[in-house]
Amino acid sequence: MNTQTFIFCLHLGDNALILAQRNAEWTGHGPVLEQDIAITNISLDLLGQARNFYQYAASLFNSFNGEQKKVVDKYIPRLWKEYNRELQEDDLAFLREEQQYLNLLITELPRGDWAQSVLRQFFFSAFQFYLYQHLQNISDPQLAAIAEKSIKEVTYHLRWSGEWVIRLGDGTGESNQRIKNALADQWMFTGEIFMPEEYELIDVLSFKNSWIKKVQDVLSEANLELPQQTWTQSGGKQGKHTEYLGYLLAEMQYLQRAFPNATW
Amino acid sequence: MNNSIIKYYYGDYGDKEAPTGGGAVKTSTDEWPLWEIFIRSKQGLDHKHVGSLHAVDAQMAIENARDVYTRRQEGVSIWVVESKHIHASNPDEAESFYEPANDKVYRHPTFYDLPEEIKHM
Repeated sequence: MNTQTFIFCLHLGDNALILAQRNAEWTGHGPVLEQDIAITNISLDLLGQARNFYQYAASLFNSFNGEQKKVVDKYIPRLWKEYNRELQEDDLAFLREEQQYLNLLITELPRGDWAQSVLRQFFFSAFQFYLYQHLQNISDPQLAAIAEKSIKEVTYHLRWSGEWVIRLGDGTGESNQRIKNALADQWMFTGEIFMPEEYELIDVLSFKNSWIKKVQDVLSEANLELPQQTWTQSGGKQGKHTEYLGYLLAEMQYLQRAFPNATW
Repeated sequence: MNNSIIKYYYGDYGDKEAPTGGGAVKTSTDEWPLWEIFIRSKQGLDHKHVGSLHAVDAQMAIENARDVYTRRQEGVSIWVVESKHIHASNPDEAESFYEPANDKVYRHPTFYDLPEEIKHM
């Protein structure tokens, strides 16, 4: 059970970390000052959530016996093993290789233009909202506590991104076209959310209908149609990623790999 | 106008609606309207002016204010008002508006000596 919790924490932490990294690419490039601050705030919120999950995962790992450590060994960063010290949150965040990250594919997609970023944020925040709602009632008290704190942040993310989708969809001809393109590009990545993995402690199918309904409500207000396409991309949750993740990790991990065990 | 140095305080924008325009610049039609933001802190009773920002409508203005002006726990309540709805006094009239009050000390309650019997007013 504990090894399952450990892997689930990696998945939740990775989701937040990778999207935080993507949103941070807007720093200094936002369309308007206030929106630049808004999306980077969201990025920081997600980073905070990632930290919580990685801290818990690291403390779990450090308490494992030999058997349990063997079970999760394929997710442990190679480089850390040479340091001869306890596992820490930063090791999990920055030293794993591509196949060891378990984030959803939708989080690693390129930042794109504003429409693509807000639409991706909307799909993801809706997912996080229902997931954390269920996670608050789970038997593991630490996970429940993280969910309780994070759901306040996610409530705002969902509201912010939903309103932007409506504004763009219901706006000018150009904004409507851009969000239509984003929808066409991203829809096939949303199905992965509802493909269960054995390490998940929450049954993702239990909130699929709520998620669809929320998405439908917002899209219809934005004059957009819910795509009927059913084929979905997948693999992220199993460590099989798009070609985008490699470049993202190279940038994110450069410092920790060039200066091993560095401190600020 | 005298050859005197005119001191402007924060918020001295003049009345944009006045015929003289109060010195405001005419904005183009596709710029987002400007909003003035007022925040009430946890310990406070009144909303204080903290700055301004651009937004398309009131809801976005409130969200932007939340993102920009409450990041460091500055407040628990936000008021937004479109700048064009705020009318301000003209700083050029500061002399006639405010200086006559300088030498009228009898307008302060502390000026008066109260008799012993009602000292605890």
